[in-house]
Amino acid sequence: MTGSILFLLIIVLGGISWFFGRVKASRFSITHTKRGAVHSLPNYHGWYVALWAVGPALLFLVVWNFASPALITDAALASPAAEQLPQDAFAKGSILAEARSIASGQQVRAFNPLSQSMVEPYKTAISYYQTLGAIAAILLAFAGGVYSWLRLKPELRARTKIERITMMALLLASLIATITTVGIFASLIFESARFFSMVSPIDFLFGTEWNPKAVAGPRGETGFGAIPLFWGTVFIGAIIAMIVAIPLGLMSAIYLTQYAAPRFRAWMKPILEVLAGVPTVVYGYFAALTVAPALRDFAVSIGISGASSESALAAGVVMGIMIIPFVSSMADDSIAAVPSAMRDGSLAMGATKSETIKKVLIPAALPGVVGGVLLAVSRAIGETMIVVMAAGLAANMTANPFSSVTTVTTQIVQLLTGDQEFDSPKTLAAFALGLVLFIVTLLLNLIALRVVKKYREAYE
Amino acid sequence: MNSTATFAEERNPTDWQGDAMQKRIRKRYAAERRFKALGLGAIILSAGFLAFLLIVMVGNGLRGFTQTELPVEIDFPAMTGGAAASQFEGANGQANLRTLGVRDIVNTSVQIQYGEEGTELFSAGGWQAVSAAILNNPKIVETKTTLYLPAESEIDVAYKSDGSASAEQKVTELGDKLSTGFNKNFLFNSDATDPMQVGIWGALKGSLITMFITLIIAFPIGVLSALYLEEYAPKNRFTDLIEVSINNLAAVPSIIFGLLGLAVFLNLFGLPRSAALVGGLTLALMTMPVIVISGRNAVKAVPPSIREAALGIGASQMQVVFHHVLPLALPGILTGTIIGMARALGETAPLLMIGMRAFIATPPSGIVEPATVLPVQIFLWSDEVNRGFVEKTSAAIIVLLLFLLTMNALAIYLRNRFETRW
Repeated sequence: MTGSILFLLIIVLGGISWFFGRVKASRFSITHTKRGAVHSLPNYHGWYVALWAVGPALLFLVVWNFASPALITDAALASPAAEQLPQDAFAKGSILAEARSIASGQQVRAFNPLSQSMVEPYKTAISYYQTLGAIAAILLAFAGGVYSWLRLKPELRARTKIERITMMALLLASLIATITTVGIFASLIFESARFFSMVSPIDFLFGTEWNPKAVAGPRGETGFGAIPLFWGTVFIGAIIAMIVAIPLGLMSAIYLTQYAAPRFRAWMKPILEVLAGVPTVVYGYFAALTVAPALRDFAVSIGISGASSESALAAGVVMGIMIIPFVSSMADDSIAAVPSAMRDGSLAMGATKSETIKKVLIPAALPGVVGGVLLAVSRAIGETMIVVMAAGLAANMTANPFSSVTTVTTQIVQLLTGDQEFDSPKTLAAFALGLVLFIVTLLLNLIALRVVKKYREAYE
Repeated sequence: MNSTATFAEERNPTDWQGDAMQKRIRKRYAAERRFKALGLGAIILSAGFLAFLLIVMVGNGLRGFTQTELPVEIDFPAMTGGAAASQFEGANGQANLRTLGVRDIVNTSVQIQYGEEGTELFSAGGWQAVSAAILNNPKIVETKTTLYLPAESEIDVAYKSDGSASAEQKVTELGDKLSTGFNKNFLFNSDATDPMQVGIWGALKGSLITMFITLIIAFPIGVLSALYLEEYAPKNRFTDLIEVSINNLAAVPSIIFGLLGLAVFLNLFGLPRSAALVGGLTLALMTMPVIVISGRNAVKAVPPSIREAALGIGASQMQVVFHHVLPLALPGILTGTIIGMARALGETAPLLMIGMRAFIATPPSGIVEPATVLPVQIFLWSDEVNRGFVEKTSAAIIVLLLFLLTMNALAIYLRNRFETRW
């Protein structure tokens, strides 16, 4: 019996328990007519029985899932075929692992003839323990249901119990976010620590040569200097993309909030939002297919040497386009938060609209705009697909926008795709880069949020 | 008295009609017009980028839905030695077809009509169309039939737009034998090495399975945490910690989630690589904060009077939340969920990290089987050297954008239809 069918069966048993619990409890109000004699509504009794049926059974299955492999191995070792196995623990372990993966269908053919002989004992052991587990789980579900059904009484505080369990579920659910954050941090730190035990952090953070392919030995590696990657990331994400996104986003926001007719605004705002909804892989393809060749031809025609078809400019411009709605909506919010008294005062003094915007609104909204730009930068430097598809792999330290540079995210993808051994510094370097990226984006976000918040408080 | 008189002497009233003033005002108004035009220009430029992107994708992509075909006349009775139509009906049809050797029949027929080199004009997998035609209508094996088979990829490109010189020459030679037909392969096949045979069904199915897993994990967790944080959480450091981590998760670059998936789900838990299960779990962690944030706003928008009224007639805290607040907040939560799911559907980078970039030629049939998703398929095709893949990539992008458009339209519809303004 496969796991999903068993799972469904238990859920069905839970549904049946719910029904019987409810039916029994709905009689209570007929027999006990005194006010307050029945504590909970029939529904809660139903859920009470259902939880008793499903909960212990599922818990058992989880435990069984962890416990049964050891039992299966023991059973297989007790079989007569196990007598020919070598005494050496390591060889034995590898044969057993192979036999197990064949028996469970993950592998088709054995490399070691001894493993083949162990397949049959494994298969019998697996099916024996699976059946045993399934029967036990179903019996447990049944027992739980019957036990709790018998316990149903008018004065049973079913609702209180159900609510307590629901509360626990709520708390657990909200903990997931924290666990994820901790998980991200822990896994990045853990893998980076392994990387830094092979490569010195100083070499990594301040080295200027990035060439992980050339790395040979397990100790004393060079070629892990990440400065070119940091430069490429900043060049594309924080410089070129922002040169495109800040003026366009800011001016769009100003026009839409200060000048545009309501109808125009109602149409244009969602259209600009679409720019943020287009998947990044589409932008990447657009950059690589259309923008990059056009820019290279342009560079060649005006005589710039070293123009590459994977230019920093193509990736940066397209990334800037993607960021426009982000900057524009942040600017929109912070301009809207400027008290209208300031605007009205300026207009009443005879300033034109544009003078009011330039001399009053923008300076007053500046902290919010700056916060928005920081958030936009943090998004741009963490953006992956556009740079993977359009920016190239050459780790150059150049300020020529037509040449190829590489970024942190590009290199993470590059290091982790293709064949990978998990302990090599090449693979672990990706986690170190990830850690740097995580910390930088986190700091940018914290600073940006603080700036925005502080400024909001000043006006409210 | 004296002081006012001095004042009048020193400062004349402003001459609003004077030349200097008029000039200044004209200058200021011109600056005003320039500024306004600049703003409009920025919007038009941004919208223009979007329009340009869509036009490029649609222009390239529409061709991906068609294929160039060449007619082949197959004399089935002579070739098969008189196979009967009934052989290919029912359950045994497939097996009988395999023994028939359709590939050789097609190749021989092609060579008869187009010469020895004729097979090079056709897509290598084109004979499968004949198999499909026979299964669809077994009667044709008893007659002499003309079928339209997909041409070779370079000819396809050359016929539809500009191809290589040799292919263009072949197109001129073949003249009006060539025609275009609807590319069924593209909707029903999976990945392949020949651009004429590729399809998006495998990737689409992978996407659907992955999205399903994302939804069943992220939605309950997201809704429950939103309810907890808005309705129950005491104001203390612990709650602050939860809030900070949710807000941070929403801003973490997606590729970091991929690293998490790789380190935890693959290496620690030992889940299979490239599986939709792992992809779904990773995307669920990414989508959950979006759902929590939109869910909290929706819950916050339910007016306190609803809660007080329910409490007043004797509902417990839990009943207030689950019977009254949650149903009223649900449209808002659903809108946020759909938007989060749309983002997850377009996500590529974290899935590359967990190995969903394998060549998947058969659609996945379960959550632990190797699968790929639509955006990753687009990425893989964009890397192909063969020019035939350009239009296929764009066509896959059109399909992806259509899905996203539908989801966003649904979200807007839900918001307008069900959201109550209090």
